[in-house]
Formats: sequence, structure tokens, C-alpha cells
Amino acid sequence: MGGKAMINTKKITIKNLNVFAGKTQILKDINIEIPENKITVIMGPSGCGKTTLLKCMNRLTDLYPELKVTGDIRINGNNILKAGEDIYELRQNMGLLSQRPYPLPMNIYNNVAYALKLRGIRKKREIQKMVVHYLQQATLWDEVKHRLREPASRLSIGQQQRLCLARGLAVDPGIILADEPTSALDPISSQYIEQKFVELKNDYTIVLVTHILRQAKRIADYVVFIYLGEVIEQGTVQEVFENPKMEKTKQYLSGTFN
Amino acid sequence: MKPGRKIEEKIFRGLMIFSTYFILAILAIIIYTIFHKGMKSLTWAMLTQIPKGGYYYGKEGGILNAILGSLYLAIGATCLAFLIGLPVALYMNVFLVRHKKVVAFIRFLLDLVWGIPSIVYGAFGFSMMIFFGLQTSLLAGILTVTMFIIPIMIRSMDEILRTVPTGLMEASYSLGSNKSETAFRIFTRQASSGIITAILLSFGRAIGDAASVLFTAGYTDNLPNSLLEPVATLPLSIFFQLSSPVPAVQDRAYASALVLTVIILVVSLFSRGLGKRYHNTKINF
Repeated sequence: MGGKAMINTKKITIKNLNVFAGKTQILKDINIEIPENKITVIMGPSGCGKTTLLKCMNRLTDLYPELKVTGDIRINGNNILKAGEDIYELRQNMGLLSQRPYPLPMNIYNNVAYALKLRGIRKKREIQKMVVHYLQQATLWDEVKHRLREPASRLSIGQQQRLCLARGLAVDPGIILADEPTSALDPISSQYIEQKFVELKNDYTIVLVTHILRQAKRIADYVVFIYLGEVIEQGTVQEVFENPKMEKTKQYLSGTFN
Repeated sequence: MKPGRKIEEKIFRGLMIFSTYFILAILAIIIYTIFHKGMKSLTWAMLTQIPKGGYYYGKEGGILNAILGSLYLAIGATCLAFLIGLPVALYMNVFLVRHKKVVAFIRFLLDLVWGIPSIVYGAFGFSMMIFFGLQTSLLAGILTVTMFIIPIMIRSMDEILRTVPTGLMEASYSLGSNKSETAFRIFTRQASSGIITAILLSFGRAIGDAASVLFTAGYTDNLPNSLLEPVATLPLSIFFQLSSPVPAVQDRAYASALVLTVIILVVSLFSRGLGKRYHNTKINF
């Protein structure tokens, strides 16, 4: 993981990013700098391109032939949009938490073990130890330690989301991408996830997409406000929430948006 | 609610109930006929002996040749079709995910060949046999039946693999799995019960078809000793027994049909059990 000493290091730099779906432009000339070991919240109303922006960062956009992505996304200096980048290694450097949890069709234990095996860990004892470790990290261990052989689909949706977090952490990423990870969860499960993010930011760079303003305010260090595919404003949480410069941001924050 | 809508609801409800029971009744009648007529002449000898001379005119013997022949043939063809079909279905749904038009075209072609009657496959298999200098044999039968069930196998697996949510595919990729890991570890597991259904469906078609094996597997009263010898099958055995002028032999045809039905039933129950068990993968803990 490393490199947590420097506060102002930029982990991800996005330059002139444009995304087209056919003739409609989903993202327009995006320029963002995402700081290392901070929680960066990307907020904006539904359908403004937040999810697409997140998917650009680990190139899940490759799965959608209708999307055309141009520009520059640099992670640790490498432009990941360039053809020829090792896409599988790139994705391993980023854990993804989606809106709805998608546990792998295996038992609880193997959901985490699968990720460890992808990372190249083969020894059974080591895998056992690390599965426990990552389940503890995701505050799920106590709830599942007696039922590790059960299919992951039998967990509640909040537990499934934490399992997905454990699985995502198990590949040892430097970055966590989270796409409205609490939108399908009950308040208590949401709280678990939020708390975990705050703990995790010491070791990880977290990019969180949300439309919940209060959530953004609670846990964000850095905020990017996107509207209709354009970055309207970005800055620290104090700058954006307490002293927004743009009219649209003010409207969005006060709920008088139209 | 307007009274018209209530009546509408009642009429459609009635229609649905009627159709359901109608289908069930037909099924029940078929099964009753097979059991009723078949049980009478089903003997232990029938299951354990091959036809002796004059079997089709009422003499002694059994249909072991057809039972084993059908099993060899159907199992062989189903295995072969599975080995070819699964990669194709996965290729369509994982590797070609960016090429929706190509996949749509493949689906169209497969649906087209699905609709070709099995006698055409039989004729095609026969002409291939002549081309390769092969005689009517178990091998030729397996190859022909494989061709015949491959579209069924691929399309039914494909329909299940299509339902795997995009989110799961994204989850797999975001962990760093590559395409073959996503295909074989995630997609096949997620769709396991559907894949088993696909195998079962193909097996049912393979064991029940007469036309495709008529020219290719041939027919014999003996058990095959190698892949290159002709082999008997239950559907043809039923046909030959039904064509007999002797009523007792005709009844044996029903007993043979009973055997065929029971085989399909057993395979079906067995695969369902397997499908349930599949999720409980072992861990070492």
C-alpha cells in the first residue's frame, strides 16, 4: 500500500475526459485530481454521468461497445486509457463496490478466497488466515464465522455488501471505487460501510459516488459536483459545502435545484 | 372496478386453469397408457436379455440391446455436445459481449438449425458416412445425434448465461479476473442449474429420437463391442415391436416405452439433485 505520508499527493489525475454514447455526450471535458488517502466524493443528481466516470477509472467501460472514451486518466503516472495497458492488473489495483452487491456464486469463504487466489496466493494456510483478516476488516467476521460454507447469496443484502468490500480489499487494491454503495442498504448497514470508509482512508484512496448530500458531508474530504456530464465545482468539503462558488452548486446544496 | 373488468378477469382465469389442467390431463393419459399397457409385459427377462431368434414374432428375449445401445448413444452424444457447446455458449456471452450483432446472428443461425427435422440430420449423417467410408455404427450414431442436439444444448445454455447480471460480470472483472476466469469460474457457476437443465434437455432429445439414428446407428439384436459396430436404440426397438403383427409383441413395445420414460425420469431426478448440491462447494477450514 505504502505512500501514505504525503498528504497532497494526487493519486488519480483525469484530464480532458470525454465519453460519448453514440451521438450523446455523457461526460464533457472532465478534469479532476483525486488526492491519495482521502475520500473523494463525486456527487450530483441521477443520470449526470457519475457512474460512467467511475467505470472509466477501471475501464469497465470496455464492456460497453456503445461507449467511446477519449482523454487521459493517469494513475500513478500511467495513462490507463492507453491501449496495451494490462487491464487485469489495473483492475486489481482498484476495488469496486457497486450499488447492489453482487456476491460471486460460491460460498462465503470462497468469495474472499477467490480474490486471494487471483492475487496469486496459493498456500491454503495463508488463504485461511487472510480470509479471516479481510472478513474482520469488513466487520463481517463475527456474523459469518459459523456459516462460511453457506452460499453467499443467503446473506442479507447489507452483509453481502460488506462481503463485497472484504472481497474487494482482498485483492490488495490501492484504490476503492464505490458507486452509491449504500443506496440499497438499511441505515445501520449504511453506517457500517461509512464508518469503514473513514477507517480505510488511511491505507486506501477512496472514490465514492453518491447522491446523498448528508453522506457526502459526513465523510468526504474532497468533493466533486457533477451536473449533466460536466464538473461544476470541486474542492475540499469545507469549500464546496460552506462556501460554494457556483450558482448551480448553491442550488443543489439547498435543494432548490431545477 | 367496472363489472366488465371483473368478467374479463374471470374469463382469463378460467382459460388459464383450463389450459393447465388440459395439459396435465394429456400428460396423465400418456403416462397411464404406457404404464398400464407396459407393466403387463414388462418382465425381468425383457430388461436383461437380448432378443432371441423370432423375438419380434412373440418368441423369447428382451430389449437389453436397445436399452444399452440408447444409453451409450445418448450419453456419448450428450458428452460430446456439452464439450463443444459450453465453450460456444460462454464465448457468445463473455468474449463477444462487445459484439452484440455477431451474437444475435449466431443465435439466429442456431435457432434455424434447431428447427431442422432430425431425419435431415440422419440423411446428412448418412451422406457423411459414405464420404468417410464409415458403416452404420455407434460412432456414426453418436456423431449424428451430437450434430442434432448441439443447437439445443448451446441455445438453452445461452438463454441461461444471458440472464447472468452485468453487475456480476463487472464484479468479476473488477477483482482482476480475466475473461476465461470470468467465463469458467463465475458464469458457469452462476448458471449451473440452468446448464444442467440444458444437458438434461439435450439428453432427452438424444435418447428419444428415432429418425437421426435410423440410417446412422443402424439396428442390431446384439450388443455393440466397439464404436464401429451398429447399435440398437429404444425408439427404433419400439417401432419394430409395434410393427409386429403379434399383439403380445406390441404390448412389449409399451414396456419398452416405459423403460425409456423411466430412464428419462431417473436422469432428470438425478441431475436435479446434482444441481442442488453444486452450490455447497468444499472449503478447507
